[in-house]
Amino acid sequence: MRDWVRRRRRWLTLGLVVVVLAAGGFVWWTVSAAPPHTTEDLRIAVGTDEPAELDARLFIPDRVPAPAVLLAHGFGGTKESMTESAEDLVAQGYVVLTYTARGFGSSGGLIHLNAPQYEVADASELLDYLAERDEVSQDAPGDPRVAAVGGSYGGALSLLLAGYDDRVDAIVSQITWHSLAESLFPNYSDQADPAAYDGVFKSAWAGVFYATGLAPSGMMGPAPDESNEDGDESFPAPDNRPAGVDPACGRWAPDMCAMYQEIATTGRLSDNARALLDASSPSSVVSMIEAPTLLIQGQADTLFDLGQADANARGIINAPVQVAWYSGGHDATGTASDQERIDHLTLQWLNHYLRGEGDEPGEDFTFSRVGGVTSRRSDLGTQGLTRDTYPGVSGTEDPLTLDTVDEVVQPVASPPSGTPAALSSLPSLGQLSTLAGDAGFGADIPGQFAMAETAPVDAAVDIVGSPEVSLRVASPTGEAVLFVKLYDVDSSGRATLSNGLIAPVRLDDLPTDIADADEVTVTLPGIVHRLEPGHHLRIVVASADQSYTGPVEPVQYTVAMPSQISLPQTTYSPLPSQNQVWMTALWVVLVALPVLGLSAWAIARVRHRRLDRSVDEATADTPLVVRGLRKVYGDGYVAVDGVDFTVKRGQVVGLLGPNGAGKTTTLRVLMGLLQPTEGHMRVFGHKVTPGAPVLSRLGALVEGPGLLPHLSGMDNLRLYWRATGRPESEAELEKVVEIADLGDRIHRKVRKYSHGMKQRIAIAQAMLGLPELLVLDEPTDGLDPPQIAEMRRVLYNYASDGRAVLVSSHLLAEVEQACTHVVVMSRGRVVGHGEVKDVIGSGGRLEDAFLELVE
Amino acid sequence: MSTQVAPDGAAQGYRAHGTLAFTTEFRRQLTRRRTQLTLVLMALLPVVIFIAFSIGAGNGDDDDSGGAFALADFGTFGAANFTLFSLLVTSNFLIIVVVALFCGDTVAGEAQWGSLRYLLATPVPRGRLLAIKFSVGLTFSALAVVVLTAASLLVGFLAYGWEPLVAPLGGEIAANEALWRVLSVAGYLAVTMLVVAGLAFMLSVMTDAPLAAVGGAVLLHIMSNILNAITALGDLRDFLPTRYSQAWLGLLSEPIQYDEMVRGTVVSLVYATVFTIIAFARFNRKDVTS
Repeated sequence: MRDWVRRRRRWLTLGLVVVVLAAGGFVWWTVSAAPPHTTEDLRIAVGTDEPAELDARLFIPDRVPAPAVLLAHGFGGTKESMTESAEDLVAQGYVVLTYTARGFGSSGGLIHLNAPQYEVADASELLDYLAERDEVSQDAPGDPRVAAVGGSYGGALSLLLAGYDDRVDAIVSQITWHSLAESLFPNYSDQADPAAYDGVFKSAWAGVFYATGLAPSGMMGPAPDESNEDGDESFPAPDNRPAGVDPACGRWAPDMCAMYQEIATTGRLSDNARALLDASSPSSVVSMIEAPTLLIQGQADTLFDLGQADANARGIINAPVQVAWYSGGHDATGTASDQERIDHLTLQWLNHYLRGEGDEPGEDFTFSRVGGVTSRRSDLGTQGLTRDTYPGVSGTEDPLTLDTVDEVVQPVASPPSGTPAALSSLPSLGQLSTLAGDAGFGADIPGQFAMAETAPVDAAVDIVGSPEVSLRVASPTGEAVLFVKLYDVDSSGRATLSNGLIAPVRLDDLPTDIADADEVTVTLPGIVHRLEPGHHLRIVVASADQSYTGPVEPVQYTVAMPSQISLPQTTYSPLPSQNQVWMTALWVVLVALPVLGLSAWAIARVRHRRLDRSVDEATADTPLVVRGLRKVYGDGYVAVDGVDFTVKRGQVVGLLGPNGAGKTTTLRVLMGLLQPTEGHMRVFGHKVTPGAPVLSRLGALVEGPGLLPHLSGMDNLRLYWRATGRPESEAELEKVVEIADLGDRIHRKVRKYSHGMKQRIAIAQAMLGLPELLVLDEPTDGLDPPQIAEMRRVLYNYASDGRAVLVSSHLLAEVEQACTHVVVMSRGRVVGHGEVKDVIGSGGRLEDAFLELVE
Repeated sequence: MSTQVAPDGAAQGYRAHGTLAFTTEFRRQLTRRRTQLTLVLMALLPVVIFIAFSIGAGNGDDDDSGGAFALADFGTFGAANFTLFSLLVTSNFLIIVVVALFCGDTVAGEAQWGSLRYLLATPVPRGRLLAIKFSVGLTFSALAVVVLTAASLLVGFLAYGWEPLVAPLGGEIAANEALWRVLSVAGYLAVTMLVVAGLAFMLSVMTDAPLAAVGGAVLLHIMSNILNAITALGDLRDFLPTRYSQAWLGLLSEPIQYDEMVRGTVVSLVYATVFTIIAFARFNRKDVTS
């Protein structure tokens, strides 16, 4: 028991730290641990034309019935890739159904690319399934309360499902398309005809999709988006593959496969292909959607640009729509703060439209701008921005126009088969090419591009939306395929292409002479970008790009570069920090710290005042009274046990004893360095505690000198006295220096002193202010015989005018000659005390008496 | 002999809150060669960096290491960039050691000299002794950062002129705006150093060996950095004191990104407070055996 008590204090601090850490860990664990939920793995049979079993999983929260969320994965994903998102949603109390779409993973069937009679019909049947589950809240019999949520392939599915099935109560659709034809055959010129769409084939991305459908393991998910997107896991059982699979088509449905092979061969969009792609596009159904829709589009997306979400937003006319942009997309994950914002918006949308919780989200538009870096080094930092309505990609204000330095007419060669070509972006690596700019692998090939530049801007220019340029083109064939790019060039000439976004254009009916050419307006993909002061814009019109299929025959165009660039302007305000919790924490800390400091100070003052300052009148004039002193150290060693003695005015008391007798411990308690375990000491009637004011009437030298080695002896004395805060006049410095006989050496540095010199400085330090009780521990240590003799005289004189001296020593002769009284200690106890002559007895020597006493 | 004493038994002229004034302790520490050398080193470091840049200018190969450390490539662009570079290279180790030295040596060093017991027997109340010593330690730490920053600005100005700050990921910040950005970087660094200061001070109270206090603080700080590099720890790392030590990069963005600095400030202040409280609690109960 005693052992335990002793150890306790030693480990108290460590224990405290461990407890605090454990408490923090526990709080973290309880906060972050998901509430309990159950999962059911299911095989759900769907389809009539092409029956298939879908591999699905139902996440059921512990409180049911609850609204449901149908979570659709991205292209190449499976139900497993949605598990993390599903767990987040089930933790919020939603029933979540994840499933693997037909043609992927271990689900049966073929890929029909979100065809209405296949994938969309499948999803409808999944709603039927949810309608049968008791755990799902129902709006009406057969009509579950459900939201369709997904990204990319899954995002398009959620829009298409809501268009065909009015049981969907809310939609959250991320980074997806409006028109697949427009996305795979983009044409950013004003010559594009939406009805007979024909642009430039985005072969790199299309190839990625095609390959994903070929490889059953779905090795290339289109997006590296972690939070709400598809992943890589997909391990189909071999027997799920339809028998007699065509190696050229893999799990693609025959019509889709044939369409791909046709468009990839010709690089042109046929009517048949357009019909297939349009059926799989939300463009065909948006006007029928009646479910509130949250559209989240990525700014780093060379596959589905901001214009696609813009078209969806404008198309949905019968339901509330909110649009948000973020720094991710098919080419980037997006920053952590953006992910938090998207998760927040998604949850807000679901909570309101499925559960009626929270205010109506409204039309508030949020987006972000990349700027600088954060401490997670590889990550770009983003600034959240907002405005109260969605501005579209053409801006809310009059566009700002920047003139190019001079009008350029340049020949541009289009290489045979489009090779060699610049590389504006790699599928899913858009940001990489942004950073590389034209200095890296994305360089424009000489001879294959025309270029015009603006003057550097004086003030920062913000671009939010799609910039526009007008150019004139002449072609010997009457046709041209061109790629328009907008670079930000800094003062050192480094050019960056915002997110690798470029605008392919296909032009027809061109004259052969540039003089006859009409202006063609090119609306570039929407960007959020700040042109810093000193930077300028560079427009490049190139003839080929590795990500696109251009004409096979070599040809030479003539391009008259635009004389100005029109930049969309949008008013916005900074989004209030997502960091609200931390901001609050900062304020709490900033307020709490001074409060903590002040209260600690106040408590210290109060405790200081409440300390027992009573004076024992009987001993008020006695320099030192020790009563029943006992000190047990932390390790259990009993150093002093029941010591009693008194030092009176005019006495020089010798504290005598062998090593380990407890002399030093006694003196340490007297200095307030140690807390006595039992008993007490009184100095002039005042109890001695650590820091007791009465200690100011005591001067001490215990266990050797304690001097600052880098200062001279004199400076040590001066600084020490200054530390007492007492008036300099009371130090009696001259007198003390004289008494201690310090001489000239007092001005040398202490570290050069001999042991004896240090000892004498320390004695002088103890004597500063001529304290009424002088405590010296082994004062003659290091002194030579004449100095020892002198010391004896000093001590005797010191006590002669009413002061008292307590000298501890193990040198008997010294005590015998210098002291008037003696206290003999042994093994922590006082074994004899009195006047020196009484202790010695008649005629004997102190040594004999001592040996007798300590036996 | 004089018998004039206060009711609490104190000698004439003694007041507990008049002992060991801030200026006294400041002088005690300032007179140390170690303190003087450290401050001089801080002032000379920018000169050394300048010389290194000048020698290396001829044969520097252009490998773009990217990210924050591309700051090295921008060091010669002007006073602001030069100062940023000085702060960057020192913030990883040198400043940590200096702060640990000033705050870790202050009590343990006194214990080693043996002067601690005489201060306590003066008597300087224990709480006051710690408060004064910690404030002086913090003052010298702050002084080191100030000297380094000021010297870097001066050397950078004389050598490279008063130019706009070029941020590593593009973007320029006008020279006058850049001045307060750089000063804010130094300020944020100083705040994060409070963790090291608190830790070193706590260890200083617990041991009589100054080396143990200084070395222990540096060691624990490095350990926290290592843990921070282990991404497998995930969100747990958010509780590491060094998690946000690079958050000052947000000051180089346009617009400024405060979020991480806010977090870093909170984490630093909380850690520093906990360490300081432990130091005071421990010292007030401690048996001083040095």
